[in-house]
Amino acid sequence: MAKDTVTAPKYREFREIPVIVEGAMAESKPYAAKPAHQESVGFPGELVDNWQNVAVKKLGELVSESRALQVFLDTCVKCGACTDKCHYYIGTQDPNNMPVARQDLLRKVYRRHYTFAGKYFPKLVGALDFTEEVRDLWYSYFHQCSQCRRCSVFCPYGIDTAEISMAGREVLDSIGVGQKYCNEILGKVHKIGNNLGLPEPALVDTLEGLEEDLEEDTGHKIRVPVDEKGAEVLLITPSADFFAEPHIDGLMGYAKVFHQAGISWTLSSYASEAANFSMFIGSHENLKKAAMRIREAAIELGVKRIVVGECGHAWRVAYSFWNTLIGPFDFLDKKYPSPSHICEVTYDLLQKGAIKLDPEANDHRIITFHDSCNVSRASRMGDMPGGQFIIPRALLKAAANNFYDMAPETIHENTFCCGGGGGLLTDELMDLRVKGALPRMEALAEVVEKYDVNTLVAICAICKTQFAKVLPYYQFPMDMITSLHQVVGDAIILGENH
Amino acid sequence: MTLTVLYAILFYVAAIVFIGGVARKIYIYAKTPAPLKIPTTPAPITKPGVAWRIIKEITVFESLFKSNKWIWIFGWLFHFGLLLVLLRHLRYFIEPTWFWIDLIQPFGKYASIAMVVGLLGLWARRFLVDRIRYISSPSDHLMLLLLISIGVTGMLMTFFIPINIVALKGFIMGLMTFDFKPLPASPILMIHLALIIVLMVIFPISKLLHAPGLFFAPTRNQRDNPREQRHVQGWSAEGQQ
Ligand code: HEM
Ligand code: SF4
Ligand code: SF4
Repeated sequence: MAKDTVTAPKYREFREIPVIVEGAMAESKPYAAKPAHQESVGFPGELVDNWQNVAVKKLGELVSESRALQVFLDTCVKCGACTDKCHYYIGTQDPNNMPVARQDLLRKVYRRHYTFAGKYFPKLVGALDFTEEVRDLWYSYFHQCSQCRRCSVFCPYGIDTAEISMAGREVLDSIGVGQKYCNEILGKVHKIGNNLGLPEPALVDTLEGLEEDLEEDTGHKIRVPVDEKGAEVLLITPSADFFAEPHIDGLMGYAKVFHQAGISWTLSSYASEAANFSMFIGSHENLKKAAMRIREAAIELGVKRIVVGECGHAWRVAYSFWNTLIGPFDFLDKKYPSPSHICEVTYDLLQKGAIKLDPEANDHRIITFHDSCNVSRASRMGDMPGGQFIIPRALLKAAANNFYDMAPETIHENTFCCGGGGGLLTDELMDLRVKGALPRMEALAEVVEKYDVNTLVAICAICKTQFAKVLPYYQFPMDMITSLHQVVGDAIILGENH
Repeated sequence: MTLTVLYAILFYVAAIVFIGGVARKIYIYAKTPAPLKIPTTPAPITKPGVAWRIIKEITVFESLFKSNKWIWIFGWLFHFGLLLVLLRHLRYFIEPTWFWIDLIQPFGKYASIAMVVGLLGLWARRFLVDRIRYISSPSDHLMLLLLISIGVTGMLMTFFIPINIVALKGFIMGLMTFDFKPLPASPILMIHLALIIVLMVIFPISKLLHAPGLFFAPTRNQRDNPREQRHVQGWSAEGQQ
């Protein structure tokens, strides 16, 4: 959708729960994957014959392989506690964007084919056959879920709609109805090693340019090395860090930290991507295949540690899934947790006094922090629960004098999605993305009003891109969005200690 | 006499369906692998931590409390009332009754009121709140109707139309020891018991599975320790040494 046809919804004066508007977002759909995209990730190129049966069979398989699905599909009591928790419901008012209703799109089909009540009394329990109409609903509404897990925090049984929408997308993929954005990108990762399809020479070139910029800015020879065997640290970072704003300033921040701490590090041109969109489409074959490049690169380069850059879902995959998928990490140094988040590394160095920050360098910034969903609700930093909230804030407070949190019901595990996660960061979904950002923008507007906040910090590549796009719709400047390691990089005192 | 035989048979069938059905479901939940670590974080790191998280969910409905105070109040009234009422009913199954069952009798009596009030509140929400109206199917309404009817017929006997409790206990103990005694004649009791039989039969095929299900939700029962301890199960364990 073109920018002029998309408008931001109005702020809700008292944060009242909006009334439902049926079918409000029925037309919202991402572009369909082309046969080549589908095949590059191992799915049929176009709609298969007999797709109803194939889909139902696939659904049964997925449920039998996942305790989460098995339990979640049975236990929902339709209490309604989750109905007002999804940012897409709040922003669009479409009842199918209420988490329980989104689950029901899949649950109804599951019930029809796999439960006694659904087989014999479909009307009574609301069971449905997998018709073309239902398939379209799936395609539309499983692509209006950013898999942010906010609903799972509030459900009395921990039902995680993200698991359901991943399964729904995988069923659709398996009958040839994939989404272009995710599948095309994932194909590039398998072929070239990153989401952008940036080949090695171009990457080397870009990084050389960065080194020049860094020297010009700081007067120090700060390196951004790639494919250097024997380096201590392999940095796996989202490829957006190589070219997009404000991501690239974050990358320069990591480089400054490593430089100042005297840690040798390297990127890999073979595994030049932290993002792993396989999670969004629920495909564990692809999840493992994309992650495996990282193990291979770490062994090939002979590094001692793997550190992950600022990216939300990538940190979930790294923190929660890597050990399962590509572990054990017995070839790495046992002294450090594997993998580590760049924020953990910087925090640790700061604690040890190996780097020093001058907060006055950021006195022009009045900062607030956006907790990214996957970091908040699907991972951890440090050695205690909730470290993922404490560590980034500790870094910001050490690097700047003006820090204010947004309202408590919109941060930490209650955080609202930026509106662009879960494989929805594509232009044709701009209407959804702008509307889905509403609750986050409301909370931001509050601290802007109260404290004159002018900097919104995030540690996720998707959040950064999404905010850069949607902030202007809400009358905020687009460069308000800033990488955490840009703030750190601006405050770091270079040169003294080695 | 025919009624006694009929109810005896129905109770045996219902008990088999209920116990067998729930056991089968629990077996399926336990056996289905959880290939990845997916606790909703911040999550406990230790096993006692996880146990504490689940205890809070089943006793005070912690997540629901954060989520929605109205549903919490009605839901908690209903479940807490139900629990006391069920405990009170133990006196029909145990001879001699344990002292604490005698102790809670008066509370159990009034707990039935809490239970029905809670259920009515939950039902009202299904009509009054547009979001909850949208997600309710006929079975959700019928489930509440069923439980309310059980509660109300029970209360009628407790407060207004007493039945022969000694005879009822004889009937129930008889079922358990295969030493059959007649069921006391009371239309309300017949209805009450018939509804309970329906509840037992639908338990394993309905959303009432939330009770055992809660213990198996990976988002709640997993520890947050994927870096410290390698987790493999199901497909993620395939091809591992
Ligand atoms: C481990 C034991 C149990 C726990 C932790 C539990 C917890 C819950 C919670 C948190 C809810 C959602 C809030 C609400 O609507 O009340 C709920 C709903 C419900 N529970 Fe339970 N429950 C348990 C056992 C039972 C049993 C034994 C029954 C009935 C025989 C039951 C019947 C219901 C019904 C009918 C609802 C839906 C109410 C509605 O329609 O709004 N529960 N339960
Ligand atoms: S909060 Fe959980 S149990 Fe309640 S309606 Fe939502 S998904 Fe179902
Ligand atoms: S996971 Fe997030 S986007 Fe998806 S239904 Fe739940 S709250 Fe909404």
